[in-house]
Amino acid sequence: MAEVLVLAEQGGTSVHRATCALLTLARRLGVPAAVVGGSPDPAGTAVLGRFGARTIYPVTAAEVDEHPVAARVEMLVHLARRNRPAAILIASGRDGLEIAGRVAVRLDSGLLSDVIDVTDGPVVVQSVQGGAYRVESSVVRGIPILAVRTEYVTVVPAPAKPRVSPVRVPFPDRVRAVRMIARDRTRPRELSTAAVIVAGGRGVGSRAGFELVRQLAAALDGLPAGSHAAAEQGWCPPEMQVDQVGTIVHPSLYLALGISGSMRHRTAMRGAATIVAIDSDPQAPIFQLSDLGGVGDVHKVVPELIAEIERRRAQPRIVEG
Amino acid sequence: MRIVVLVKQVPAADAGLAFAPDLTVVRDAGPAALNAADWCAVDQSLQIAVGRPDARITAVTMGPPGAVDALRTALVLGADTAVHVQDPALHGSDALATSRVLAAAVGRLGFDLVLCGSASADSGMSAVPAMVAERLGVPALCFADRLLVRSQTVEIQRDDGCGDRRVFVAAPPLVVSVTERCGEPHYPGYVSRRGARDKPISVWPLAALGIEPAEVGLAGSASIVRAATPRRGGRRDCDVLAMGPPAGVATRLADFLAERQFL
Ligand SMILES: Cc1cc2nc3c(=O)[nH]c(=O)nc-3n(C[C@H](O)[C@H](O)[C@@H](O)COP(=O)(O)OP(=O)(O)OC[C@H]3O[C@@H](n4cnc5c(N)ncnc54)[C@H](O)[C@@H]3O)c2cc1C
Ligand SMILES: Nc1ncnc2c1ncn2[C@@H]1O[C@H](COP(=O)(O)O)[C@@H](O)[C@H]1O
Repeated sequence: MAEVLVLAEQGGTSVHRATCALLTLARRLGVPAAVVGGSPDPAGTAVLGRFGARTIYPVTAAEVDEHPVAARVEMLVHLARRNRPAAILIASGRDGLEIAGRVAVRLDSGLLSDVIDVTDGPVVVQSVQGGAYRVESSVVRGIPILAVRTEYVTVVPAPAKPRVSPVRVPFPDRVRAVRMIARDRTRPRELSTAAVIVAGGRGVGSRAGFELVRQLAAALDGLPAGSHAAAEQGWCPPEMQVDQVGTIVHPSLYLALGISGSMRHRTAMRGAATIVAIDSDPQAPIFQLSDLGGVGDVHKVVPELIAEIERRRAQPRIVEG
Repeated sequence: MRIVVLVKQVPAADAGLAFAPDLTVVRDAGPAALNAADWCAVDQSLQIAVGRPDARITAVTMGPPGAVDALRTALVLGADTAVHVQDPALHGSDALATSRVLAAAVGRLGFDLVLCGSASADSGMSAVPAMVAERLGVPALCFADRLLVRSQTVEIQRDDGCGDRRVFVAAPPLVVSVTERCGEPHYPGYVSRRGARDKPISVWPLAALGIEPAEVGLAGSASIVRAATPRRGGRRDCDVLAMGPPAGVATRLADFLAERQFL
């Protein structure tokens, strides 16, 4: 059976759940091999093995950390040309999509994005238009390159004993073209440019209830906002109102708490990349826009969620178990 | 400074997508508009041109006849000229084929800076900008939430959530894709709208780019769509609703947020 290359993400000693999801899918297409930027450590190797990686290709070089996107393009192209894999799996995300697009051009191979499921072939299922359609596609030229939305994949272990086979990849000058010159933590100020927004609606119930919105926004380093209903009740000031007459937003994450999702509200936030809603009514229209919905009382679920976030923050680097 | 902005006409957001029997998107019926992120890209190009009298902005689209409206919008907003790559052979092009055509058009125009939207509303792939950059052999700065063009370098800020902001820099020529967080685009004044009528739109067939029909369209694409099934109620996915005791729901939500790198 042919090899399937998985671009592994490794931070410190932890292997991301996303990588375990890619390995889970890769096993359906062939023999999984993990391509890792940086030197492998025993814990990381163990996790990759537990999810079925038969080979680990570590690449150690300064470029891997300093120019993560361009270096990974070279790594994958190098290994793909050498090993002719049956497919290449990459986790969707800003860096992943750029890597996938560049590798597709280099290998003149088809790229399928928004992949949520894979069967042998490979035939993939894509979730398009925020899930309004399920599309089945396949690649007819080159090595199929799949950009996977790993959060839709149920992770299943299948232990293997991986062979570690370090690879030397030649890095041409162009990998150094893009430099990261700063990385800092910012406190967003404006809703229209915020990356993370937590918004509350009628379901938060009171001005006091709206505190939960502020707390969760703070826990996620985002900004609090309110629906028309919340602003009208005076639970939040008018400049925090998200809707057609208030602010139109485009965050990476929009978390709606107790917002049913009227048309005027949806129009103003449907551009969010990821939408999560918590509402007690499973029929609430907001769930039709949501990537994930939590059905329940905001007053019970949100405190649990804040506690859970704090727990995870206190002990980062959980190796997927 | 030569700035090329890639713009795309997409079906209007509230109308949603419809598929033709060959599983391509129906593009000639119903309301359509300039892709929102591309609107921001045009706006950014205008801001870069302020104080640069040598700046020349060309809007480029690849699309069927109706896609000319994307170019008209770009010209009204303030682009100087426009190119419409139009050819029946292009119907059904996947991202790889689309990037081949767009890169050839940009190459023919010559460029210091190519601006794109970070994602198109119909395919939503976010792949074309990186692919165009790869074909042109230049760096790409993708998903810019803020864009700063200096005399020798281009700098972007990218906010990936969780208050983690990264600043990237590269030297032109290069490709930048911008998100809608770059700010509300300015609405054009009357003079700009009136002046747009006289601005030229060139129509280029494939032959003008030296590309063979067999390299693009349904025939030349590396990926094919086999089936497209609408989902009842438009819900994103079948198991998106987490139910049960609050603690369980919270854990599920936290797992999801961690997966998408928000924790
Ligand atoms: C929901 C969805 C998901 C997709 N996912 C992927 C994917 O993951 N990877 C991938 O590579 N491709 C993807 N595609 C494209 C796909 O692979 C197919 O090649 C095919 O269905 C073309 O897509 P389309 O419906 O946009 O075709 P079209 O409507 O024909 O459009 C394709 C491109 O060609 C242009 N075009 C059409 N007619 C003309 C003309 N006369 N002159 C000039 N330009 C023209 C359009 O403006 C558009 O940019 C996806 C398409 C859809 C609809
Ligand atoms: N057919 C096209 N014509 C012009 N620009 C396009 C076309 N397709 C994609 N683009 C550009 O690439 C960006 C990302 O598109 P996509 O990869 O489809 O999400 C868009 O915002 C446009 O700037």
